[in-house]
Amino acid sequence: MFGAVLVANRGEIARRVFRACKALGLRTVAVYSQADRDATHVRDADSAVEIGGAPARESYLDAERILDAARRSGADAIHPGYGFLSESWRFAEAVRHAGIVFIGPTPAAIRKMGDKIEARRLMSAAGVSVLPGSFDPVADVAAAEAIAGEIGYPVILKAAAGGGGIGMARVGEPADLATAFATANRRAQAAFGTGELYVERYLERPRHVEVQVFGDEAGNVVHMHERECSIQRRHQKLVEESPAPGLAPATKAGLTAAAVAGARAIGYTNAGTMEFLVDESGGFYFLEMNARLQVEHPVTEEVTGLDLVVAQLRAAAGEPLPWAQGQIVQRRAAIECRVYAEDPSKGFLPSPGTVQKLELPSGEGIRVESGVEPGSTVSVHYDPLLLKLIAHGDTRRQAIERLADALDRSVIEGVRTTIPFLRRVVASDEFRQGRVHTQMLEQGAFNA
Amino acid sequence: MPEEIKAHITGVVFQIPTKPGDRVAAGDAVIVLESMKMEIPVEAPRAGAVREIKVQEGQTVQEGDVVAVLE
Repeated sequence: MFGAVLVANRGEIARRVFRACKALGLRTVAVYSQADRDATHVRDADSAVEIGGAPARESYLDAERILDAARRSGADAIHPGYGFLSESWRFAEAVRHAGIVFIGPTPAAIRKMGDKIEARRLMSAAGVSVLPGSFDPVADVAAAEAIAGEIGYPVILKAAAGGGGIGMARVGEPADLATAFATANRRAQAAFGTGELYVERYLERPRHVEVQVFGDEAGNVVHMHERECSIQRRHQKLVEESPAPGLAPATKAGLTAAAVAGARAIGYTNAGTMEFLVDESGGFYFLEMNARLQVEHPVTEEVTGLDLVVAQLRAAAGEPLPWAQGQIVQRRAAIECRVYAEDPSKGFLPSPGTVQKLELPSGEGIRVESGVEPGSTVSVHYDPLLLKLIAHGDTRRQAIERLADALDRSVIEGVRTTIPFLRRVVASDEFRQGRVHTQMLEQGAFNA
Repeated sequence: MPEEIKAHITGVVFQIPTKPGDRVAAGDAVIVLESMKMEIPVEAPRAGAVREIKVQEGQTVQEGDVVAVLE
């Protein structure tokens, strides 16, 4: 095992990783920006290194400063968390070159899955179904029109280097393609440094269902069942659960088999997630692979009883997978909701500020992963995730009741949060009946 | 009548797509703020010419701060 683990992140995920390190008796090192001197994650670690200014590019996105902090603190492993540098293959490679263990997949795997067109091609070659569309970036509007004509409208334009919904555009009919192409191209260029786009069939009302996978260095790959993550705004998830309600057994079997086959095909190691869209007839299509720990990993932990971060640490230390597929059993039901510092009554506008009051629920079946406490500053510089509430129960119904109660008991003052919105989701018939899809928010399903 | 345009959220000035003298339509982005990894346009409340830009790229503005003035 490692002597000390540095977590190149902040907030709830840094604290989560520190907890796993402590369970294994590992020394922990935090890094923090000037804006985060008083942040919760800094105190949780055995030692902490200030790495730069408040803007992420001067601190949490600065690979050299993080490596320097690792050297100075004697850390021999780095966990990237999610976001920031977690899916930068260059960072993973730089960590390795520095003689430090990167707790995650190989740089090669991150690189393959980071290029969305390459990922689609590789998964298709591995027998995983992908949405009809282009396998290469489309050169211009004419090429996009030709492909769209072939696969049929509506189509979606996506940035090849994309993520988080940036540079995505739905095109309903041929007349709208040229304008949408120009806009998506410009946005992708600004965000990712390349305006390359590809074209895919656009599904109406699909569900987002993903499969947690885990691989070791000996080439073993297992899945840890699925998560339903359809309730999203701006392509960012708000509510996640496992099992996916009402998923046909044949669809679930197909999804998990495809996820394992896809991960195995690229020699995937450590924790990762294969994301799929599921259409109304149960057909499923590979969306992308997240080559890192996911925000929503706790729901998988709650239904499998496994600690994914401890497993990540062990796998990164070269240990073989401790479980065979048959030992990973999905029991009961778990639901997570993300509490963001955003104002749901104003289109989820960011709401930075200071947390004045914070009352969080506890009790049977409730888990809280929080990055804040009373007095915490919620900075404009970082992701607005404050905390996650996770409820589990013997049945989905019990998990929902516990979550509803937990949301009712949660009090956060000083910043606006998504809690009022989440209460409406949990109270809604659609959610309770498991009738969810990715376009519900845009369609106003949970409006006040 | 000159009209002040105020930031509706706290953020960092990410882009300034307009300059003094530019004509804008109601709803055009006069400046773009970045807050919590999101780009948020501050829009012109009405059509008019930009008289003054009160902020610079990279500057932090608070909710309610005047960021620009329309003629």
